[in-house]
Amino acid sequence: MQEVILEARGINKEFHDPVTVQVLRDITFSVNKGEFVSVIGKSGCGKSTLLYILSTMDTDYTGELYIDKELMSGRPDKELARIRNEKIGFVFQFHYLLNEFTVLRNVMLPGLKLGRYSEQEVEHRAMERLKMLGIDHLATQSAYRVSGGEKQRVAIARALINDPHIIMGDEPTGNLDKRNSDIVFNIFKELAEAHNQTLLIVTHDPEFAENTHRTIEMEDGRIIRL
Amino acid sequence: MNFTLIYSIAKSMLLARWRQTLVAAVGVTFSIAMFITLLGFMNGLNDLLDGLILNRTPHVRLYNEIKPSENQPVNVAAQYKDSYNFISSVKAGITRQEIYNSGPILQAVKADERVLGATPKLLAQVFYNEGTIEITGVINGIDVEEESRLFNFQDYVTAGNPIDAKNVANSIILGKGLADILVADIGDVVQVTTAQGERFSLKVVGYFQSGIQEIDKVQSYASIETTQKLLGKPANYMTDIQVKLHDLEQAPAVAREYAQLFNVDAEDIQTANAQFETGSSVRSLISYAVGITLLIVAGFGIFNILNMMIYEKMDSIAILKATGFSGRDVNLVFLLIAMSIGFFGGVVGLVFGFLFSVLIDNIPFVTAALPTITTYPVNYDVVYYMIGGIFSLITTYFAGFFPARKASRVDPVEIIRGK
Repeated sequence: MQEVILEARGINKEFHDPVTVQVLRDITFSVNKGEFVSVIGKSGCGKSTLLYILSTMDTDYTGELYIDKELMSGRPDKELARIRNEKIGFVFQFHYLLNEFTVLRNVMLPGLKLGRYSEQEVEHRAMERLKMLGIDHLATQSAYRVSGGEKQRVAIARALINDPHIIMGDEPTGNLDKRNSDIVFNIFKELAEAHNQTLLIVTHDPEFAENTHRTIEMEDGRIIRL
Repeated sequence: MNFTLIYSIAKSMLLARWRQTLVAAVGVTFSIAMFITLLGFMNGLNDLLDGLILNRTPHVRLYNEIKPSENQPVNVAAQYKDSYNFISSVKAGITRQEIYNSGPILQAVKADERVLGATPKLLAQVFYNEGTIEITGVINGIDVEEESRLFNFQDYVTAGNPIDAKNVANSIILGKGLADILVADIGDVVQVTTAQGERFSLKVVGYFQSGIQEIDKVQSYASIETTQKLLGKPANYMTDIQVKLHDLEQAPAVAREYAQLFNVDAEDIQTANAQFETGSSVRSLISYAVGITLLIVAGFGIFNILNMMIYEKMDSIAILKATGFSGRDVNLVFLLIAMSIGFFGGVVGLVFGFLFSVLIDNIPFVTAALPTITTYPVNYDVVYYMIGGIFSLITTYFAGFFPARKASRVDPVEIIRGK
């Protein structure tokens, strides 16, 4: 029996503005440890919405969400923030680094927030991750000075800093050219296979999805292929 | 709570936009500096004006008021006790201006430990003879040394030596205005006629200038012995006992107590000079109002800049929240930004306020009415600096409060999806 990291049970979500539209209908699935899962579907099928619910950032839904066998639904903001910090890593389509900080500091921030290690240790761990992704030479650069592909790798390093249970990505390659997309994909692949890292990536790139372990396909707010 | 992390984030955000930060901080600096300068100057002026009167006024004055007896004989008489008695044309009778039993009272008052000092005073109504013209005036008979110690008499003697009034027999220190009218130089002799018709020659040994023209035209000073001689009274004759207390605020209570104890009339400084208190408090009120208005305006400046900053930093806020910072953390970051603007702006403002005060303090200000003043008066009371400092923090806190709350409520999903 494989260890279940993330489980969704009967998740429904509606948008009320301007008219009530049901965007997610009875979503039920689970992700096991070490799985590299992709979610695909057409624009507007609700895959991003699902991801934000799974990430605990969106709390306006019905149904139950378990991360690491703990129920997330109905918890207060402060607790969810701590869980996001500790157990989930994010990579977004747009790179979302804090421009006020250096690359290294960007990677360190969630680690410092968690406060599990001292500042020197967090820095050491951040450097390890930057090295692993081959961008350690950028560590002292300001975040807005590095290129798009590099930014996305910095974002991945940041997602990894607290050894999260799961990394979630919202079209992490959507804004990158072919070469950089391949680099990012290979990093994910390596993370999943060499480091047993669980990944849940939303994409609309079928080629990307094909190469993952498992693909969840969505249409009109429903899962049509598990 | 890892405060150092919050602090480092706030610091980076502040420094990344240092020009904006500077503008906000300069706003605070300016208003605090103005607040301090305004209050210091205003209160310096207040102190000066109060000092004109209050420094020279006894805290409690004991005297004997000429007034008709409250117990007229007909009211005391047994057979008319229950009737309404109408008495017309009541006169003061045989009451005297002199304080009865003055020597022991003076001793008792001086022995009171609440009292800094007490000095007798004797008022004599006189006419100054200027050729055929008679000018009315008042001669204050004083104990020169005690008067100088307690009521800064020497500060107001602009020419001549005050102690000469005691050491030179039959001498007088003329009010400056009066001296001008009489064309009397120091060393000259002036003729005075007392109310009883006695005529005396007094030698002018100095000029007295109070800063209040009307007083200087009427008042003169002589030693108490000279004045007693003028009036033909014995050495224990005095009309007033002036008391200076350690604590001004006790004056009304002490006055009531003495009135009862010594069976005299007693007037406290608060009753005698109520209008000065009112004037001072209104002036202070105005300067506080202006100062606080300045600070509130600066507060709106900070509010605007923070609001703009939050719109600019939406992405950063979203990412902070997505990576595990709670709404509270974000709130703290922005509050900290606001408070540091307030703190540093405030500290620099206090320094500038002090410098402006020193500047004003060194501007020459010479006026004939105020002999002891050479520059503009400034009050350096630490209390104003504390109020300014505290208020700069409070204003910036409130200016930061709403933007920070807004930032803490940013929904990261909306920002991240909105792209």
